[in-house]
Parts: sequence; C-alpha cells; structure tokens
Amino acid sequence: MAERCAVVGIGQTKYSRRRGDVSLEGLVREAAIRALEDAELGWKDLDAIVIGKAPDALEGVMMPELSLCDALGAVGKPIHRVHTAGSVGASTAISAATLVESGRYQTVLTLGYEKQSEGNATWALGGGRSGSQGAGGSFAPWIRNYIQRSGAPEHIGWKVAVKDRLNALKNPYAHLHLPDITIEKVKESPLLWDPLHFLESCPSSDGAAAMVLTNTKGAKRAPRPPAWVIAHAKRTEFSQFPGRDTVKPAAGVDCAKALYAKAGITDPRRQIDVAELYVPFSWYEPMWLEGHLICDEGQGWKMTDAGETEIEGAFPVNPSGGVLSSNAIGASGMIRCLEAASQVRGTAGGYQVDGAKVALGHAYGGAAQYFAMWIVASDPEPTYR
Amino acid sequence: MSARTPTEDIAIVAVAQTPAVRRYPDSEPSMLMDLTNRLLAETGLERSAVDFTIAGSCDYLSGLPFAFVANVDGFGAWPPVYESHLEMDGAWALFEAWVRLQIGDIDVALVAGSGKSSPGTPREIFPLQTDPYTSAPLGLDPVSTAGLQARALLDAGLATERDFAEIVSRSRRAALSNPNAQVKKDVAVDTLLAAPYYASPLRKHDLPPISDGAAAVLIARGDRARELTKKPVWIRGIDHRIESHHLGLRDLTDSPSTRIAARGVGVHDGPVDVAELCVRYSPEEVVLRRALELKGDTLVNPSGGPLCAHPVMATGLVRVIEVAKRIREGSARRGLAHAASGPALQQNLLCVLEGEA
Repeated sequence: MAERCAVVGIGQTKYSRRRGDVSLEGLVREAAIRALEDAELGWKDLDAIVIGKAPDALEGVMMPELSLCDALGAVGKPIHRVHTAGSVGASTAISAATLVESGRYQTVLTLGYEKQSEGNATWALGGGRSGSQGAGGSFAPWIRNYIQRSGAPEHIGWKVAVKDRLNALKNPYAHLHLPDITIEKVKESPLLWDPLHFLESCPSSDGAAAMVLTNTKGAKRAPRPPAWVIAHAKRTEFSQFPGRDTVKPAAGVDCAKALYAKAGITDPRRQIDVAELYVPFSWYEPMWLEGHLICDEGQGWKMTDAGETEIEGAFPVNPSGGVLSSNAIGASGMIRCLEAASQVRGTAGGYQVDGAKVALGHAYGGAAQYFAMWIVASDPEPTYR
Repeated sequence: MSARTPTEDIAIVAVAQTPAVRRYPDSEPSMLMDLTNRLLAETGLERSAVDFTIAGSCDYLSGLPFAFVANVDGFGAWPPVYESHLEMDGAWALFEAWVRLQIGDIDVALVAGSGKSSPGTPREIFPLQTDPYTSAPLGLDPVSTAGLQARALLDAGLATERDFAEIVSRSRRAALSNPNAQVKKDVAVDTLLAAPYYASPLRKHDLPPISDGAAAVLIARGDRARELTKKPVWIRGIDHRIESHHLGLRDLTDSPSTRIAARGVGVHDGPVDVAELCVRYSPEEVVLRRALELKGDTLVNPSGGPLCAHPVMATGLVRVIEVAKRIREGSARRGLAHAASGPALQQNLLCVLEGEA
C-alpha cells in the first residue's frame, strides 16, 4: 500500500575541517535536533531512524548505529544503517523514503554523517592499502577521457570550481568559504591528479545532515511547506569489466531513465528547475549533465561554459556550493537530497533559485558505479513546463 | 507509534546457504555468486527478473574499507541492477526488502548476508563496535560482555552454569543433523561442566565458533510468489528494536527490545512451532526465552543455532532460512526467526513466518 512521502524537516551542522568541539554523538545529534525543530516534532514522534555513512574505517567505529542510537533517540525503536560508498547519503534518504511509502512507518528520521578528522580519508578511500592514489587518482583518467571525447576546453573545470565556491559564500553551513577565488587561482593551484588541480577537488569535512520524512497525514500537520518525494531510483554496476564506459556509466544512464519515467519527466533540462549533483571534482558537473541525460553528449561543458549552471542560469547546479565546498562523505549525498528539498520548500535563503518547484538530488559512489537520485517537488502532483 | 500491519502478502520463495566453515578458501563474492545462481536455478528466474537486490556485510571483517563493493560481482550487477547494501546482518537487509516490496510497484527481491571472519581476530575487532570514547579503548570485547551477561543471570538466580551447559549440549547434538553446521557433537552436560573457564563464568563451548559463510533468499509478492514456488513461506511480520548502548543503563538479564519487537510482529497471535534464535553465547538463550515468553512446545534451534555455526552478517538471515526450511518440509506451520546485533543482545530483530493455510 503506497503512501506519499514528504520532507518536513531539514537539519545540518556547520561543515568544517575538524569539529573538535563535539563527539560523534554530539555531531549527529546537532543535525537531528535541527531537523526535528524545523519539523516542530520531538523524538517521541519518530517511528524509525535510518542512518548512513561511508566506511566504518573512516572513524574506526564498527557498525556505529550501536553506539549512536542513544544520541539519535532510537532506544526502543528500529534503526538501520546503509552503506553504498559515496552514494550512501542519497541511498539512505531513499531507504528512509521507502519506509514511509510502504505505509509501515509514518515519520522517519534519516541522517548521514562523517567525521573525517578522526581518521585518514585518503587512506580509507584507497581500500586501506598503502600507497593510495585517493579518489581523485581513480577519477582523473576518466575525466581526461571525457575531455578527449567531448573536446571540452581545459578551463571548464576551473569554471565549475569557482562557481561552486562563490555559491558556497551564500551558504552559512558550507565548509569552504573562499571569497577571493578566481579562475587564475584555480589554474595555478597545485596539480594533484592531471587534469585536476587542488582547488578543483572537494575538501575533507566533518559534518552531519538530517531530514524528517513523513506521509501525507504528517505533511498536513507540518508547520512549513513540505517537499514531496516524487520519484527515486538507484542503480549499481560492476567496478570494472572490458568495455565498461567509465565516463558515462550505464548504471547512471539507467538510473536517470528510471527516475524520470517514475516522475513523468520527459525533458529534464526544462522540467527540472534546479539540481544538486554530486560533484566532488569539478569536471563531474558536465560529466553528470551528460551522464544523466540532462543534455546530449558533448553539450554538458557548453552548458557550464555558457553560465547555464549558475544560480541565475537556465539550469542551476549546486547553488549550495556542492560537494566541492563541503564533503563529509557519508553526509554528502544526503546534503544533495536535502538541498534539493530546501529549494522546492523555498527555504534555501541566499542561494534560493527563484520559483524552484522541481529539484533533483543526486549522488554517486565507488568506481562511479553506484547511483542514487531523487526528484522532489513543491506540489505532490507537479505539472511540468 | 503508528506502525501498521502490511496489507501486501510477501513470501520467501527460495533459500540458499553455504556451510559454515572455519576458513572458506575462496572469496566472499564467490560465495554470493554460488548462492545467487542456486536461487535463480531453483526458481527458473533470469537475473533481470529480480527487481531489487540488497545485501548485508561488514568491511571490518575483511579489514578492507569498501569490501562490500566486490560483492556486487557475486550477485551479478550487469546489466546494472537496482541494489542497496547495509552494514548489518542480512536479516536487516530482509527487513528493508520486505518493506520495499510493500510499496507494491515491484515483485521480486534478492536478499543476502555474507561474512568471512577468518581474515581477522574477532575478539580484537569487535571492541570497535563499542563506544569509541569510553569502551573501545578498554578493549571490551563481545566475549567479556557475554560473560557479564552470564554473571548477571547467575547473580539474579535466573540460571545456573548447568543451564548454560544444557543449552550447549542440546544445540551441539541438534547440529548433528545440520549439514551446514561447523561444530556438532553428542556431548554430555557433565563433560561440558568439567571444562575450564574461558571468560568466567563462560567456558569455551559457551561461545560460537569463528565461521565463514553466506546466506541468501528470494522473496516475492502475492501471486508472483505462488508462481515461483509451490511452497511459499509467508512473512507475517518483521520488527526490530534497539536498546541503549551503555551497559550500565541496561538490565542484562532481560531484553526489552525483543519484547517490543515481539509485540510488533504478534509472536503469540498463533502457536510458535519452531524458533531459531540468534544465541551466540549460551546465556543469551535464557534471556531470549524469557523475553519471548516461549512455551515448552516450541522447538528451539533445531539447526543447532549460532553456537554451532556463526557466519557473522549471515547468522541472522540463516535463522530465517532454518525456520523457512522447516515450514517448507512440513515439520512446522508457523515459526519465529530472531537476529541480533551488538554487545549483549543490544539490537534484536524478529520475523514471523507461516506456511500456506
């Protein structure tokens, strides 16, 4: 028996290099309380809790739902934990949405976090082996391949890096606030993994992001406008095999097709008002615009170059500043889903996209092989342009 | 609380598990590939006919962040599949799959749980499950916590050491008829009691073996379930609950989370012919029997239970499979499966299964 699901509460911590002022429990509780306050609900109103984070090795805490359940008001309740690599934040939000949509639970808290200062993310992201090339090292050859295939000029990556950091200046929760950033500075920052420069890469952050999800009955009681979950989709493929398209993975294409079909979207570029895409390295903005069928192959970098992805552009991408400005890995996908919801609720403050009614939240993970996306809208039955 | 009874009938249509062994020579994905192929062969399904896949496993067992990523090779993720992963026992993956099918837009889900404990030393790894600030630095491991729980039961007069030995003796004997069990033996209670303490008041036999293994099930909705098997085993309810992580805030002789879950799934809405309980340490059976208020006519752990085979991350899902097997064979009509996570039964999941009326 399917129920509608709506986002009625949003909470985030300030993201920073090191949140030394809070424990892991303090970190997740800060985001959870803010989400409950936004929904004007208390712990007792929660029927279930779904949390997500990237590998346990990032903090050295195994199966952390066990030690975090007290801080999340979960005692006596169901709590479960999702882990789908970098896509986990969005996967977690989707898991929580299915709990509501099943009709089994009315109100669910979902939360993603990472406290990367507790460990060494690049070590863990390299599979815990020495000599790790880091995530950027894995993606750089595929980015180079995209550049060759599309004929994109080198400055596209620099442009995304500047745009997202300038957007982040309007987001008080963003980790990086770099008011003086320029194309020139990005270009001159150290080359980490050709073609990626230091300023084209995401930071390593501590932080947590949470949402309160509920059904139609719960949404009617909500004090602020809900964001309705119109559709969600997840797809996974193998890490590697001969002939795999690592620039435009089939799982990403299939995921987008399934998502748009479920939402009734036939022309994503026109019908989606704003997108929060998982862009941990600058070039993934044009790559996902193409990889998720928002534009044709070879057109993504042209959208970026023409300024279409800026807040005032025709297809704004990452008005919050995106992963390039805050990257607490387990939270990053949750933040994309949450920022999409915030846009259609009209609560995005200084980075609100005018008239946003339909938004896309997206995350990917692993060797660009895990995809999780959702479409949220201000209307439970949106009519598209 | 506004949880309500699902209106969709969902059934287990096929089950598969590997034997539990001290050291499985091949990789975790290879175990999952074997199980997936067996489930597809039994039901005649193509891989593409599985609408949703969800697995439970744990990076820390392999000592490798993102260890689970390789597992998608095992259950076949090409062409791309709709898939998810929990860093929990496969029983929780079953919970999410069961909830997912209730939405009503998809029909078939593949659920797996897998773990290889052999690469590491569980007693050194599992303290990382405890509070990282207060407990983990002390190395408080599950064996010690189980010892505290056993001591609490003895001090409260709720059990004797002989009770623990009887649970072990009965379980090891039951495992003689379980081809997937790792430890099986006909051993007298007095022989067990003559063994030295390992973590007083626990003796080595009160602990589970260290196992590698995997388990998987296919579930399907309504008529689709009846098409895929002549003997669907209906999932009548799944509920799971957690308790405080702080041992000092808990009564270790009881399991309030199990009691809440038992009400949630309606354990006593019918007779419980068989119960497969996640008894990793023999005193846990005492706690669970009390919390579940099981009557004498319920057959408990006819497989031998985790005391005889403990493939971590699959152990809970194996409980579900063992109950489903007995219902399919016709030796039980209604049964209860239990899974647990965390120190001293901190988190508990219950699943009520029924054969065709």
